[in-house]
Amino acid sequence: MLRPEEAGLNPGDPLPILPGHVSGGRFERVLRAGHFAITTEIAPPDSADPDEVLRRAHLFDGHVDAINATDGSGAHCHMSSLAVCAILTRVGYSPIIQISCRDRNRIAIQGDVLGAAALRVGNVLCLSGDDVSVGDHPEAKPVFDFDSVTLLQTIRTLRDESRFLSGRKLDLPPQMFLGASINPFAPPYANRVDQFAKKVAAGAEFVQSQYCFDLAMARDFMARARDLGLTERCFTLMGVGVLASAKTAKWLRSAIPGVHIPDEVIRRLEQAEKPKAEGRRIAVELMQQLAEIEGINGIHLMAFKQEEFVGEIVKASGVLGSRKPWAPEFPLVPTPSK
Amino acid sequence: MYKVRLWSVKHSRGMERLYHATNPLVLGLMRGLTRLFGHRLDRPITALEAGVKGFLFDCKMCGDCALSKTGMSCPMNCPKTIRNGPCGGVRENGMCEVKPEMRCVWVAAWDGASRMQHGDAIKNVNFAVDHRRKGTSSWLKLAREDSDAAA
Ligand code: SF4
Repeated sequence: MLRPEEAGLNPGDPLPILPGHVSGGRFERVLRAGHFAITTEIAPPDSADPDEVLRRAHLFDGHVDAINATDGSGAHCHMSSLAVCAILTRVGYSPIIQISCRDRNRIAIQGDVLGAAALRVGNVLCLSGDDVSVGDHPEAKPVFDFDSVTLLQTIRTLRDESRFLSGRKLDLPPQMFLGASINPFAPPYANRVDQFAKKVAAGAEFVQSQYCFDLAMARDFMARARDLGLTERCFTLMGVGVLASAKTAKWLRSAIPGVHIPDEVIRRLEQAEKPKAEGRRIAVELMQQLAEIEGINGIHLMAFKQEEFVGEIVKASGVLGSRKPWAPEFPLVPTPSK
Repeated sequence: MYKVRLWSVKHSRGMERLYHATNPLVLGLMRGLTRLFGHRLDRPITALEAGVKGFLFDCKMCGDCALSKTGMSCPMNCPKTIRNGPCGGVRENGMCEVKPEMRCVWVAAWDGASRMQHGDAIKNVNFAVDHRRKGTSSWLKLAREDSDAAA
């Protein structure tokens, strides 16, 4: 794989933008080269400590192609996505900044997109965001000036037309690979693919899905996405979750709207002697089966509180073949400050 | 009213017909009135629109009416005011993730659109609202845009 030294740059600096590419990032290169890709999620710390971010990222070294930094997920307060991404690019990681519409209006968002690009963040995931009422500050004012689709369109305008929405010109546009989320596993099932099409029309070049625990639904969804020609215009990374126990699985599906976990999965966890290992096995199997579906270009592995197993799961799945994703040459792993 | 709103979506086809039948009339009337009275009737007209659309659709008077493009389900009733929905959090029973007692506005919208003759308009991207228009009349906006275009 490409090493930053080959480009003669500092680790975090963008690579030259190849023909047909929109960003200088490694993540887009991996996908456009036709490789199966892995992304994962980093939980931003409740801390002002940059080393904690690096410690958490280090767990993924050599196993993932990009790292999503969540933006106040579940409407809970944590270190900002932009800051996490900026810390990651310093070392050379490929972060995906998540921007939710809940907390910022169009003035703040456009400014943040320029800032992120200036800090060498090459990928962005556009989200509507969870409502403030589910978070730890339910008394906050929800913004929602945009939704995920208009957010996509706005960043595409910044990038491709080199101007703000107001029309004011940019001296240098943000070269970012544009992403969105999809959830084929929640109603209205028949229209989920139309919603996907809308996101592609608004500029999505890659999508990451909500947890997929239902292969039949995933197959059906991808068949319809292929019929609409979406898989030719957009890379799809299916979301795979690592369940720690039947209890967590039940909690997830009842407490987090939009998460669909079939009963068989829960039964498997209940009957397993070692539910935690079984949860990882389920993830491995799902990854292998999803990789077989035409039009799926990668896996978005969400291993909340089980981040240390990401490498093991990716390896066991074998979906990367012999390819080893980029890792920092001289990993900067500060020892925990206790 | 929530019940009436659901009824309107269920009868989206009829509502669409009603809209096409009355729209030229309403717009013609608005054009005439604005020509005669300028801005003097804006307040009562706005109040009338808020009353009628409020009753039928729980209209929130965003000033940029999207009903004909959203299956007759007003997107401003979505707690996240999503104009291109739904979000990823819709409950398994089709209810809203934020307000479990309310049918997701966008589940309703796609359902309503499926019965409309021009329901496919829901597939087009609807850009974010202009917040300066909040509380103003969409009828008057359309009437004035039309006469500006004609002028
Ligand atoms: S579930 Fe539907 S109504 Fe509720 S926030 Fe999401 S899109 Fe809006």
